[in-house]
Amino acid sequence: MSATDTIRNGQDREPAFGFWRRSYAMLVKEFIQLRRDRVSFAMIIIIPVMQLLLFGFAINTTPRHLPTAVLLQEDTDLGRSILKAMENTSYFRFTREVHTVEQLDELLQSGKVLFGVEIPRGFERAVRRGDKPALLVAADATDPVASGTALGTLGTLVQSALAHDLHIGDPPEMPFEIRAHARYNPAAESRLNIVPGLVGTILTMTMLIFTALSVTREIERGTMESLLSMPIKPVEVMFGKIIPYVMVGFIQAGLIIGIGVLLFGVPVLGSLTLLGLLTTLFITTNLSIGYTFSTIVQNQLQAMQLSMMFFLPSILLSGFMFPFAGMPVWAQYIGEGLPLTHFIRIVRAIMLKGAAMPNLQYDTIALAALMLFAMTIAVTRFRRTLD
Amino acid sequence: MNGGPTSAQPNAASIAIDVKGLTKSFGGREVVHDLSMQVKRGEIYGFLGPNGSGKTTTIRILCGLLTPDSGEGTCLGYDIRRDADKIKRKVGYMTQRFSLYQDLSVRENLEFVARLYGMPDARGAARDMIARIGLTGREEQLAGELSGGWKQRLALGACTLPNPQLLLLDEPTAGVDPKARRDFWNEIHALAAEGLTVLVSTHYMDEAERCHEIAYIAYGHLLAHGTVDEVIAKSALSTWTVTGEDFNGLMAELAGKPGVDMAAPFGTSLHVSGRDKAALESAIAPYRGNPKWHWQPSEPSLEDVFIDLMGRSKDNFQG
Repeated sequence: MSATDTIRNGQDREPAFGFWRRSYAMLVKEFIQLRRDRVSFAMIIIIPVMQLLLFGFAINTTPRHLPTAVLLQEDTDLGRSILKAMENTSYFRFTREVHTVEQLDELLQSGKVLFGVEIPRGFERAVRRGDKPALLVAADATDPVASGTALGTLGTLVQSALAHDLHIGDPPEMPFEIRAHARYNPAAESRLNIVPGLVGTILTMTMLIFTALSVTREIERGTMESLLSMPIKPVEVMFGKIIPYVMVGFIQAGLIIGIGVLLFGVPVLGSLTLLGLLTTLFITTNLSIGYTFSTIVQNQLQAMQLSMMFFLPSILLSGFMFPFAGMPVWAQYIGEGLPLTHFIRIVRAIMLKGAAMPNLQYDTIALAALMLFAMTIAVTRFRRTLD
Repeated sequence: MNGGPTSAQPNAASIAIDVKGLTKSFGGREVVHDLSMQVKRGEIYGFLGPNGSGKTTTIRILCGLLTPDSGEGTCLGYDIRRDADKIKRKVGYMTQRFSLYQDLSVRENLEFVARLYGMPDARGAARDMIARIGLTGREEQLAGELSGGWKQRLALGACTLPNPQLLLLDEPTAGVDPKARRDFWNEIHALAAEGLTVLVSTHYMDEAERCHEIAYIAYGHLLAHGTVDEVIAKSALSTWTVTGEDFNGLMAELAGKPGVDMAAPFGTSLHVSGRDKAALESAIAPYRGNPKWHWQPSEPSLEDVFIDLMGRSKDNFQG
């Protein structure tokens, strides 16, 4: 109307404050659309709050109460005192007692404990004889952040153990030594730890988004109506959408691991085949979760936001950036529900510790369970009609 | 075939669509109300009605894309509630909005459909269909880059590719030029001649007149059905055609008069109709003497009937 009025009045002039009016019109429209999109609106609140809570409460860069296994070859007062002194530092928490060196190695390799303490047979006698025997503390040093501080306390430990608990008098020199053995990453190079973790992190981000957009894209482009009118079942749609990206993910993983090995000198001590198989499992798990998101959300923006909301805790709580063992128990429970947590354990164990399948059973089963869980939700959530 | 014209129990072999009492609501608003219809095999059945009258919803119920709140029926002999999967194998559904993959080529789209239906030679089937719909030479063009008329042909090709027994076409010719529209209808008649049943929704009266049977639906209610002649006859409408100058004023004056149910311009003339012949004649009597206009009794057109139905349904269902 106003346009024709202008012409009738013979005025070609811009309306006053045209720039602001048009900007204002656009602004009002955007606000209305934002308010309509409930999920996006919720994310505006949830994402920063979640981030704040995770960083504030869950993350701990000087982790304490780290799981430690003990191999007691003799049961003596001295041995118990040393263990007590270790626990008093608050860095070690004795969670397992083993009877052979092999058991100790296996616990370390599978990542169930971060430290192993061995009190050898005849230790107390050797101390009293003045032989200065060695007490072995083996550490899983794949994550230098997690193990570093705890290992640092061992130096002063002997002193305090002697002062408080032992009645050996006041020896002029150390009656025994603690030999710390930082396994898997003796030089404490963080890239050895980060590169395997990056494999999982990058795959999580890319795989999730690929499939998270897949169903919403069909709905937004209107192709879903055609697709649903044809004889195809939800499981078939899902497999058709997931499988191509398994290959994409496999190429990505190969690229990251290849660069890690060639450029950063990260070793692959374990079986490359096993690594490939479990990486494929991890890729499929992430694709299934992304696909599940896709069946839940209304549009592509929501799909991206939901992926983001999943990605954030994955990075923070999986043990990729910050030590898993240092997190409070509730955060560890959340972490156990994230595929990245399990994959980071797997990939670090295979690449840095040369772990084999028996050590990785738990994390493999967890990944497979998460995948099946996501797929089940996706298939049941997939709307076969336009109702 | 052997059921006879009065068959209340239709022979399943001769009836493609047979539904009773279909009702469907969205968010508390009833879109389809107690709709019953029968479509014979091999017939072209026109589905007419204003926008938002429930045509698309009905079509979606028929092909299993929506579940009716109540009502029952069969499509090609399969229960529309329980056998959606079987119906989908034998029904081709052409959506109102182009819904093939814009980022796939003509050939890739058709091959996708052929594979999805498990056709043994997907490439061959796609190639034959491209030739049939006259898209030879455009095989590798992306579907999104095709013009409206070509898109519509491709869509028809895609939904007839798996050799369906029933085609559901939802406003297939909306936004398509007259030549393409005519070609499209020739194709539909050719398909019907091959034994296909076609249910087609449209806004065009000339298209309605090319259907074997039509149904008129407004506000979710099926108001009239039958052949074009039957629908016109059942309306019992008397119509006068007025030619002359300046009938905008005349139209406004007549519109509210008792006996005049409808006054609407048709090209360069004005159609004045009423269901009560005598009342209509007395209403127009004062104007017939005016030399500005020429009055002539005429047969009501299908459009007259529909506009009348539309007006009446508005009174009845919109409160």
